[in-house]
Order: sequence, then structure tokens, then C-alpha cells
Amino acid sequence: MGALTVNTALLRQILVGFVRDEVCKVGLRKGVLGLSGGIDSALVAYIAAEALGPENVYAYCMPYRTSNPESEAHARLVAESLGINFKVIEITGMVDAYFDLYPDASNMRRGNKMARERMTILYDHSAEVAGLVLGTSNKTELLLGYGTLHGDMASALNPIGDIYKSQVWELSEAMGVPHEVIEKKPSADLWAGQTDEQELGFTYRDADELLYRMVDQRMSREELIAAGFEAQFIDNVHRKVQGSHFKRRLPIIAKVSNRTIDRDFRYARDWGK
Amino acid sequence: MDFTVALAQIKPKLGCLDDNLALVEAAIEKGIAAGADLIVFPELALTGYFLKDLVPEVALRLDAPQIEKLKTLSKRISIAIGLVEVSSDFRFFNSALYLEEGEIRHVHRKVYLPTYGLFDEQRYMARGERFRAFDTRFGRVGMLICEDMWHLSAPYVLAMDGAMTLLCLSSSPGRGVSGTEGLGSAAAWQKLTATTAMFLNCRVFYCNRVGYEDGINFWGGSEAISPSGEVTARGAILEEDLVLAKVDGGALRRERIFSPMMRDENLAITVKELKRIDREKEY
Repeated sequence: MGALTVNTALLRQILVGFVRDEVCKVGLRKGVLGLSGGIDSALVAYIAAEALGPENVYAYCMPYRTSNPESEAHARLVAESLGINFKVIEITGMVDAYFDLYPDASNMRRGNKMARERMTILYDHSAEVAGLVLGTSNKTELLLGYGTLHGDMASALNPIGDIYKSQVWELSEAMGVPHEVIEKKPSADLWAGQTDEQELGFTYRDADELLYRMVDQRMSREELIAAGFEAQFIDNVHRKVQGSHFKRRLPIIAKVSNRTIDRDFRYARDWGK
Repeated sequence: MDFTVALAQIKPKLGCLDDNLALVEAAIEKGIAAGADLIVFPELALTGYFLKDLVPEVALRLDAPQIEKLKTLSKRISIAIGLVEVSSDFRFFNSALYLEEGEIRHVHRKVYLPTYGLFDEQRYMARGERFRAFDTRFGRVGMLICEDMWHLSAPYVLAMDGAMTLLCLSSSPGRGVSGTEGLGSAAAWQKLTATTAMFLNCRVFYCNRVGYEDGINFWGGSEAISPSGEVTARGAILEEDLVLAKVDGGALRRERIFSPMMRDENLAITVKELKRIDREKEY
């Protein structure tokens, strides 16, 4: 297959330029991000360091008590190899304080709360250092809805939201992200041994090959089947994309006036920039 | 005649007329200092591209003070530039002006307003209704704005109207990063500008902007193409640039002797067949 191969030099130039341009446009020079130890945030850190200079990048590692210690070690490795600002902020106390009230809460609720807790911390620090929060969700995750709304899906700018996980791997190689980080199994690290692919029920490579044809090339279901994808897999992925669409849109507003925000009051976000 | 053209690959600010006019003036001064006779700016150079509801706010009447300023500058260098034009009946056009020797020599209003994919032009702008060549001190010229060039008939009509130089003012978003060397949109444009020049034995001066608007990049890569379809100068990709190209006046004469396609083009047949097609077409 290999339809997802990208010219990494060109992609790097566009994404680095994007971060530099969009951060400076709002009158700031700094970027803030959560560094989980995974590849997506590592790649964003590399892009941001090149765009803004390492001294202007602030990375925060925010472990919970059940987090794999390897995650923090990898986050530190990335921060040290780039020379960016790095801080570890443990979220156990705040998350546990809340769930003391709801001891029966499910894993999903706990995971979502942790993701949102981390985002409130990032936004707080973005105010402290006067920087923009950089998003670290890739196109595969965004399309599948594999992220927490107002948690890891929140950000001011997202440099990697239009590139698939397979392309994240490719670009990370090209930009020199440490191999330990590139080669490990993707995991949201919510409980011991969890991996994304196990939870999703398919691999990112397979999902990317399908999504690329389904979304970017707009192939029909018949064409996808003819290309060798199983009907059940196609339907499963399609259901995930459709079912998570609400996560990719702004809250909807009940229209009563002549000019409603985003519907007929329409300006680019970079208005006047 | 030999002359020098400058392609001003600038990075306008969205909706900021004053800032952009300052950028334009700075590029003009640089162009003059570099000995350019003609300077070409991108589509919507004075306003930025994804204007949406800003269109009426940044629109200029042709007697606006900003245009007066450009008129004055055009006594020193000929200028082609894109902006939003408002007509007296309050229609808003994506327009290109050609200014020379203190006057507006021509106004082209973009005919083909892309309204698909990431584009939304016809929602906000009115459509131009004509392609006309016009006389300048560099001979007869035709102007196209971005998408206009993607309709074969547009440069064809201008060439049949006598244009030997085509100016294309563009705000082309970069997309289609793939395994190949360049951007998908850049590769497509490069094919298009070269082929158009070759088909019509015309010079093509393509000016495309740079910068980002809401994360969409404009890839630059402005270029001057000789009448044989060869690139004589090309701007940087994704960075501001002022591209200078020396134009060899004799090259056009020689090309038209070597491949006299324009001479042999039969306008009467074209018109006859187009009329027939129009008659027979089921609308």
C-alpha cells in the first residue's frame, strides 16, 4: 500500500512555519504542551522547539499514580534531548480528591477526568508563561474520536491534527525523536499494560490505510471492498468516525438572531492577524 | 522591448489594509531599487484571502485614497495588484488592478470564484463578466486571478484578444503533501503555467503569496515563464521573496516565428463551433 508516505522535509517546513506564524501572530513567542512520553507529544515538542527555539517551549509531564514510570522517563528524555523547559506535575492528589466523592466511577470517567485535569493545568501554565497551548492529537485519533473532549483534544493550535499516525512515525524518524519513543506501543497509559491498538481492536497502520482512502480519497464502500478492506472493518471505522463527529465541532448554538456566531457571523480566527 | 519584472511574494495580514499597503509600498521601493519596470502582487494582496464576513469592510472604491497612492507610485513602476473592489451598486469583487504612469489602465474582476472544498468565494463576492486584454508599455497584457487560470478558455480568450503577456495573481493554498518532491498544489500550478505559456506562446508571470491563515499555508513559488514554457525565475517555497526576472523581448518574437500557433489559430472556426455547441446544448 504505502499511500501514506510523505515528503518529511516539506511537511516539517510547513508545520514548523505554522507553529511559528500562528504563535507570533497573536503577539506571543512561547508554546506550552503536555509531554506524556508518547510519540505524538514528542513530535510536537520537536516541531515547537524548531519553530520557537527550545527556550520558548514549556513541557509538562503530568503523571497519575498508576502511570507507567517509563512514560515520565521518556518525557524527560525528549525534553533533555531538545533542551526545552520541563516540569513534572503530579495529578494524583487532585484526581483522587474528586473521586473520593465517587468511588464507584468507571475507568472511562477516571481517564476522562485525568485528561481534563491535565488540560486545566496546561491552560493555567499557558497564562503563567504567556504561551499558547499546543495540541498533540493526530488525524487518526481525531477521526476515530479516540480522545477526550476538552481534555487532550483541547488546544489553541494543533500542528499534527492533519497527519495520520503512520505519518507521525515517519516525521518523528526524520526529526530525530528518540527511538525508544518511536518504537514503543502507543498507549494512553490509563492502566497497566493498556495499549491503544488493543482497545481499538485494530492497528493504527490498518486504520490509516483505510481512513486515508475513505476520508482523503473519498472512496466509496464498494471501492474500499474492491481494494481489499473487509466490510466489517470498514463499517466499524465508519461508525467510529460518524459517532465521534460531535467531538470535532464547536458547541451548537440555538439560532434566533439574524447573525449567529459561526453560522452567518463568519470570520477567520486569524481575523486582523 | 527588454524589461525587468518583480514578483512580490508577500505575506498580507488578514483584513489589515494599512499594514498591507505598507508591505506593498516597501516591496515597490525594493522593486524600483532593483531596477524593475513592472511589479506583480498576489491576489487580494491588500486584504488577505479568507476574508469571509470581512469582505465589505476591506473593500475599496476605485477612487479610494489607497488606490490614489498606488496610482502615484505607478509613475515610477507599473503595478499589478489584487484587492476587494466595491462597485457603486455595492457588489464586491475579487479584483486585480493594473496601474501605469499614474492611471488605472485596467481592472479585471475574477470570473471563476472557487466555491468548493476549502474555498468559499462566491458566498461573499460577485462574479466578473469579462476577460479583456489591454495595452501597456510592455505591449498587450491580460490579467487572470488564480482560479481563472484553471479554465482553459480564459487565457485563450486573452491571447486571442492580443495579449502576449499574462499576469496571474494568486493566493493558492498549499496542500497535498505526499511522497513526491513538491506540494501537490505547487506541482499542478507549475504544470499549468508552463503549459499555458507554451500553448499560447505568451509570457506568464505568476505571483503567489505566502503566510498562514487559520493554519492554511500559501506556498509562494512565484514564477516567470518564457513563451517557450521555460521557467526563467522562481521564488522561494513558503517564504517571503521578491523574485526578479529579466525579460528578453526578442524571445517572444523568436518563439512566435518558431511555433506560430497563435498565427494559425482560427478564431472563426472556434466561434462557429462554440455557437453550435451552445445551440445544441441542453440547458
